[in-house]
Amino acid sequence: MTRDTMEGFTMAALDSRTEAPVMEVRPDVLDERENALEVREGVDEATVAAVASLGAYKYGFQTDIETEYAPKGVNPDIVRLISEKNNEPQWMTDWRLKAFERWTQMEEVDWAMLDLPDIDFQDQYYYARPKSMAMKPKSLDEVDPKLLDTYKKLGIPLKEQEILAGVERPEGERRVAVDAVFDSVSVGTTFKAELAKAGVIFCSISEAIREHPELVRKYLGSVVPPSDNFYATLNSAVFSDGSFVYIPPGVRCPMELSTYFRINAENTGQFERTLIIADKGSYVSYLEGCTAPKRDVAQLHAAVVEIIAEEDAEVKYSTVQNWFPGDADGRGGIYNFVTKRADCRGDRSKVQWTQVETGSAITWKYPSCILRGNESQGEFYSIAITNNHQQADTGTKMIHLGKNTRSRIVSKGISAGQAQNTYRGLVSMHPKATNSRNYTQCDSLLIGDKCGAHTVPYIEVRNNSSRVEHEATTSKVDEDQLFYCRSRGVGEEEAVALVVNGFCKEVLQVLPMEFMVEAQQLVAISLEGSVG
Amino acid sequence: MLEIRNLHVELEEGAKPILKGLDLSVGAGQVHAIMGPNGSGKSTLSYVLSGRDGYVVTEGSAHLGDIDLLALEPEERAAAGLFLAFQYPVEIPGVGNMTFLRTALNAQRKARGEAEVSSGDFLKLVRQKAASLKIDAEMLKRPVNVGFSGGEKKRNEILQMAVLEPRMCILDETDSGLDVDAMRLVADGVNALRDEGRAFLVITHYQRLLDHITPDVVHIMADGRIIKTGGPELALEVEHNGYADILAEAQ
Repeated sequence: MTRDTMEGFTMAALDSRTEAPVMEVRPDVLDERENALEVREGVDEATVAAVASLGAYKYGFQTDIETEYAPKGVNPDIVRLISEKNNEPQWMTDWRLKAFERWTQMEEVDWAMLDLPDIDFQDQYYYARPKSMAMKPKSLDEVDPKLLDTYKKLGIPLKEQEILAGVERPEGERRVAVDAVFDSVSVGTTFKAELAKAGVIFCSISEAIREHPELVRKYLGSVVPPSDNFYATLNSAVFSDGSFVYIPPGVRCPMELSTYFRINAENTGQFERTLIIADKGSYVSYLEGCTAPKRDVAQLHAAVVEIIAEEDAEVKYSTVQNWFPGDADGRGGIYNFVTKRADCRGDRSKVQWTQVETGSAITWKYPSCILRGNESQGEFYSIAITNNHQQADTGTKMIHLGKNTRSRIVSKGISAGQAQNTYRGLVSMHPKATNSRNYTQCDSLLIGDKCGAHTVPYIEVRNNSSRVEHEATTSKVDEDQLFYCRSRGVGEEEAVALVVNGFCKEVLQVLPMEFMVEAQQLVAISLEGSVG
Repeated sequence: MLEIRNLHVELEEGAKPILKGLDLSVGAGQVHAIMGPNGSGKSTLSYVLSGRDGYVVTEGSAHLGDIDLLALEPEERAAAGLFLAFQYPVEIPGVGNMTFLRTALNAQRKARGEAEVSSGDFLKLVRQKAASLKIDAEMLKRPVNVGFSGGEKKRNEILQMAVLEPRMCILDETDSGLDVDAMRLVADGVNALRDEGRAFLVITHYQRLLDHITPDVVHIMADGRIIKTGGPELALEVEHNGYADILAEAQ
């Protein structure tokens, strides 16, 4: 039953109709406020005009580097080739092939409020690797300087003494270990030795498959099964790299861990796989960042992230997603189809998802929590900004299975230009999840009169002792607020950034310090030119 | 300081004339009061001077010193030293009062080519100004005007004025919605900011605010024009007899 519920939002809705004691709240009844607001003249016209002039993507450069590609398209041979490139054992190759077989029988999902272009899955490269990475470098010193330079330009510290951009702190006080993934391969991982001292395993997933097969076999696909959904199944077949984290029982990870994904090669999809295992009583905070060059052809990104939290474990997962959003006319950009899910397997385990989604032409993403353990907790904090022709259908699923489980959802959607921004969320209280609670707060902010904000909550309660609360608001960046700021000397763009940052504050403040500063700036940049 | 000549303004929507040839001259260090019945154009005057959208100036001029106010964006007018204390200060959820004020101060300083104020120096500055205006420092931590009482909102305007140090302050019905004690606190704040280099234009319905902020000059405004100008005694006359006599006289 759980599986069914997880397979997709439409499935979840169907599922609820087949079982008897269900309190179903139809999303269309509960809350659909599309452009229901009165649009005033003046600021709005100026707003819309200026949104069009946007184009401030700061990470659009391309690294000129020799790249090896697998032949275009996907078939069992490509799947075997990827497996072979990673020196994988037979069980892994078989696992991939099974997923591929499954994928050929699946269809793309169409329930999201997205205008999906036809994607030719055979017209993509599924594996691209910088030539210099053919022999995996033993340490970062051996990595091609051009690659290192790319990360330097992106502000990602690959030297162990460096600290993430934004906040200066005394050395040694707050460090971040980085796994840098470039196209299909992991370039290197910092602080590995120091983390190993604490028993923490932090490496690329390809390395983990070779070095820690017992952990990978036990957990891979246990949260997002290879048959989960179209994109996750494709990912299961062709994922090339990604990060692997294991925190042993009782260990508080001594530093923040992060993965930085960079797509560089053209016509290449990035399919990375992240697996995070927090064993009993452990704690880890994990950060993920992503960027891509500016191109007028769209690129595919279909990742899977699985988190397992055992008894009393706590995982915080923060993402700043800044893939290239496409240009002002909607050309190019990343199509981002991501399946992220956490299994709060043990009692009192806790997972917190925080995401700042500013990039991508299309975002399809629902970081979710299965609250299996009694008294387990799931939290989802999201800021999704769409501008120009960007489309986002994003939200979360909180599946309450255990007793006394708690979940909290705070979603802030901001639309400008002609963008469409949808919050889609499922809160499901299963019969055994007695005395459980959910609180959902969904706020949308509109800038201009051609964009849309939609809220689609699915709520299922199958016991009498649980409580679900849902609050939703839609507002506009108001002319009065902007004039008030401007009359105090604050320029119009800065005024919008100020108001929007205020709107997002509850989410921004749960981000780790390094990300908060970056995210605040990103909010301003994403909306640059959205007024005036 | 402020020179308004033959100002004609109409609403953008419907081209309805609001100001019909307004003349006003406020000298440095002076406090002028504008009184007038509802709909006489008092608030429009304050909005037009500060640059709000929705109004069209069809004739006339407004200068702050030798700066042509009407040619500037609202934020440029602020940087030039104009300040409007709003009748209804706007709430900005999630934005701390301190952040707001520092952003404003630094934006103005930047526009004037001055160095930005560091957070440490800013904190000192705000604390000192708040103390001198008897404003609780707790108010600085809250989001701009969110959940503020009527009195707190108006005092927050005065605090902003104190920090931004404009040379021309317009108070748009700052007394509306205030009880006697709150009004006195606001008036004390304004009086503390009076000095030779700064001028005030106090827009009000009632004489009672002028008991606390003594004006040098009082103007009576009706139908988009100043119809009578006098000393503080003019405000008292309005208080006793209403506008009827003055309106009749003007006609």
